[in-house]
Amino acid sequence: MIETRLGDFEEVLMLIIGILGEEDTYAFRIAQEFKTQTNRAVSIGAVHSTLDRLENKGFLKSQTREGTSERGARVKRIYSLTALGKRVLKEAMEFKLGLWKQYPAFSAKFNMS
Amino acid sequence: MKQQDTIPKAALQFLRLFLRHDLVDEVTGDLEEMYSFTRLTRSKYIARLVIWLEVFNYIRPFAIRKQTVTPINTWPMYKSYFKTAFRSMVRNKLHAFINITGLSVGMAVTIVIALWIVDELSYEKHFDKYPRIGRVLQNVTNNGEVQTWWTLPWPLAEELRKNYGSDFSNVVLTTGLQPHLLTTEDNKLNKTGLFAEQDFTKIFSLEMVYGSSHTLKDPSSILLSESTAKAYFGDKNPLGEIITIDRDKKLVVKVAGVYKDMPSTSEFSNLEFIASWDLLFNATDWIRSMSDPWRPNAFVVYTLLAEHASFEGASEKIRDAKLKKVNEALAKKKPALFIHPMQDWHLHSKFKNGVKEGGRIEYVWLFGVIGGFVLLMACINFMNLSTARSEKRAKEVGIRKAIGSLRSQLIYQFFSESILTAFFSLLLAIGVVYMMLPYFNTIADKNVSLQWTNTTWWLTAILFCLGIGIIAGSYPALYLSSIQSSKAIKGAYRAGRYAAIPRKILVTIQFAVSIVLIIGTVVVYLQVQHAKNRPIGYDTNGLVAIPMADELHTHFDAVKNELEANGTILAMAEAMSPTTQQWSSTSQLDWNGKDPDLSVDFGVISGSHDYGKTIGWEIVMGRDFSREYISDSTAIILNEAAVEYMGLKNPIGETIRSSNAPYTVVGVVKDIITSSPYNPVTPTLYYLSTWQENFLVARLSPTISPAEALTNIEAVYSKYNNEVPFTYEFTDESYARKFGDEERVGTLSTIFSTLAVFISCLGILGLSSFMAEQRMKEIGVRKVMGASVLDLWKLMSRDFVLLVTIASIVATPIAYITVSSWLENYRYHLAMPWWAFIAAALGTLLITLLTVSWHTINAASINPVKSLRAE
Repeated sequence: MIETRLGDFEEVLMLIIGILGEEDTYAFRIAQEFKTQTNRAVSIGAVHSTLDRLENKGFLKSQTREGTSERGARVKRIYSLTALGKRVLKEAMEFKLGLWKQYPAFSAKFNMS
Repeated sequence: MKQQDTIPKAALQFLRLFLRHDLVDEVTGDLEEMYSFTRLTRSKYIARLVIWLEVFNYIRPFAIRKQTVTPINTWPMYKSYFKTAFRSMVRNKLHAFINITGLSVGMAVTIVIALWIVDELSYEKHFDKYPRIGRVLQNVTNNGEVQTWWTLPWPLAEELRKNYGSDFSNVVLTTGLQPHLLTTEDNKLNKTGLFAEQDFTKIFSLEMVYGSSHTLKDPSSILLSESTAKAYFGDKNPLGEIITIDRDKKLVVKVAGVYKDMPSTSEFSNLEFIASWDLLFNATDWIRSMSDPWRPNAFVVYTLLAEHASFEGASEKIRDAKLKKVNEALAKKKPALFIHPMQDWHLHSKFKNGVKEGGRIEYVWLFGVIGGFVLLMACINFMNLSTARSEKRAKEVGIRKAIGSLRSQLIYQFFSESILTAFFSLLLAIGVVYMMLPYFNTIADKNVSLQWTNTTWWLTAILFCLGIGIIAGSYPALYLSSIQSSKAIKGAYRAGRYAAIPRKILVTIQFAVSIVLIIGTVVVYLQVQHAKNRPIGYDTNGLVAIPMADELHTHFDAVKNELEANGTILAMAEAMSPTTQQWSSTSQLDWNGKDPDLSVDFGVISGSHDYGKTIGWEIVMGRDFSREYISDSTAIILNEAAVEYMGLKNPIGETIRSSNAPYTVVGVVKDIITSSPYNPVTPTLYYLSTWQENFLVARLSPTISPAEALTNIEAVYSKYNNEVPFTYEFTDESYARKFGDEERVGTLSTIFSTLAVFISCLGILGLSSFMAEQRMKEIGVRKVMGASVLDLWKLMSRDFVLLVTIASIVATPIAYITVSSWLENYRYHLAMPWWAFIAAALGTLLITLLTVSWHTINAASINPVKSLRAE
């Protein structure tokens, strides 16, 4: 059975793909962005492996594109979110928000509707 | 080397080893970008390191390549491989036979040699304190050269204990191992043993069956070996039984212990009893009342090193221990003591000029090398034939590939085939060894057996089989499996011109080894024959030595007359030692013109009247001792070596002073070989004895059979004496024993070399049949064009003749060096037999041509219609 819930790392990667937009979403670039956003280093291999998994689950789709001279004219695999991926991402956020709202000490201070 | 400023190539190569093919391009691109990105801020070393880390981080399940096809039916496939292997063996019976026979003969020879070597190396190891035990020897200067003597004066042991004790845990004095008459109430037997000081058992550990080994401090106790105890007392506990040693001394002892028989791999293998030195000393006048106990060298000293001491250090310290004690005349010999460690007793006990120089270790090396070569030749055959034959199987490979066989499967197939053959040969070899071992033991005078339960042996054998299987199978497995199936099926596959070169080199090595072995064997044989043909100075034919008993001396004339009267003997005399040995020597000699500083050591042999006549020596000057001259009690006969050494022009009538008593030279005899037939004869003096000697020597009459003669002698012998059992030894037999080692080596190396040549013949036979088959069509065409059988034969044999010629050129210098250094070991040796070199080369050529002809003539005489029809 394919796991439909998202892990933390997976969620962050999908968000980064959303932020970066269509052009730059290949493994190396995503790893770089992950580092700038979170200040945590991550290997390309780890990112690639997660992207591969998300693609298998149907949350991401990918296509290859001509590479630039910078990378020896080698192809890059560009990932983008699928409709299912976007929905899962949204569900994940709403699920967490729902939890936040039930937390009395914080629910008053945050207004996240 | 300057570090390049690019992404590390090795890392990418490593990546490609495992990465899914479809990912390679994008991942490499990402890594390239990663590199240039890192280079913006960091040094190239760091950047390269980062790439390596990234590559390692790709070792993840998703990225690793999966096998594209998974064979599901592995087991039936293997069954099929074995079936094909078996079928191809049946189809090529000759090849299979040569492969398996050659390899198993090679393995069998190697196993036998390995057993022999392990046995040789295991000597004395059963003693607990093996690494610290040593025997004291002395180097003395005699007749201008340094000799190593194995015996020492008896007070030395006490001297070492008292003044040099710090290096030794124990020092013990013993007599040499000698036969003694041991008498109980019911039994009377000659047993070999020694008299030793009580610490003997502290140095040499004994495994006791009854009693304790520490009982030698009581002088009236004796330790017996298990088999000796059994011979006297049967299976009952013999402790406390009474035994009398030697009939003249009447040493009465009580059995205080029984030890397990010494193994055959020991200097002490025939140690049948151990008695107390104190007992012997108190009962033996000549030892107790020696005028100068430091003079006679007749005893043995064993030492056990202290924990901290070394053999070299201790040898250095005791060096002059004897020199300081001996009189002035003996000091000229410069006796230098040293310790011969037990590790070296068996294998390193030959000394030349006082320096250790080989010994049996040379044979260990010799056979080790022969074994290695035989095995090498068998392996070469196996490899050559496997590779040659596999070329014919290219079609099979093509078909297999065409119907979907994977390369890895083909690799497995060829490896399993060759490993299987190797194991099959091993089984056969073990069978052969098992059957042949008794014969080998007889020839080699050994007692080795297969080590069925020894895991090291099995592991080595199995590893070896795997190794040889993999090496022999590697060519077909790795190369043939790579050829394109379409080419192979079309028959376009041809091994290149150079494919045969490694095979030719291997065959040349084989020939060269065979030639060296043949030359070596011939030279060993010739050398033994050469020494056997050396004139020995007397006649061994029908000569018997009989140990003396007191009564026979007193009734000597009666015994002699009786035996002569009934035609048993031609002559008889008393002698100090059997004619093949010289037991005594003297250095207290002086003659006119002798350099006063010269230290000499002449052999001394004494015999009664008729001694010379009995042994049949040859007088070259002067006369034999005679009853007519009363003055002959102070007469002396020299051998030629002595005359030459003393430089006497007219030896007859010269006066020689021995221990200051004058003797007149009355005759000179031809040299008689008493020590090794390979060494020069020692200068020797012959005295006339009137006292009782150790042996009777008798020449049997040729007119009656030796068995009958011995019965007659025994009858007379026991008429005068019934206490000492009658024993005898034929002189020709004891003389032949001097050649024992060399003859054994000769026989063994003949056998092994024959097998080696046999193996290489098998190899050539296989190769030539393969070649004939390959060139069948060519031969057919040539025949049609008018070539005769002789032409074809020449054509086919040319290659092999060339190889043999190269091999002879390579082998000659190697054989020359080995053979001449072996001959150097013998002072009396033959001149380098050059004809043996030529004969070996020609012989090999002849054998090769004969072997090759077997197939070439067959191939050449086939009707060409047969071989060409298929086209």
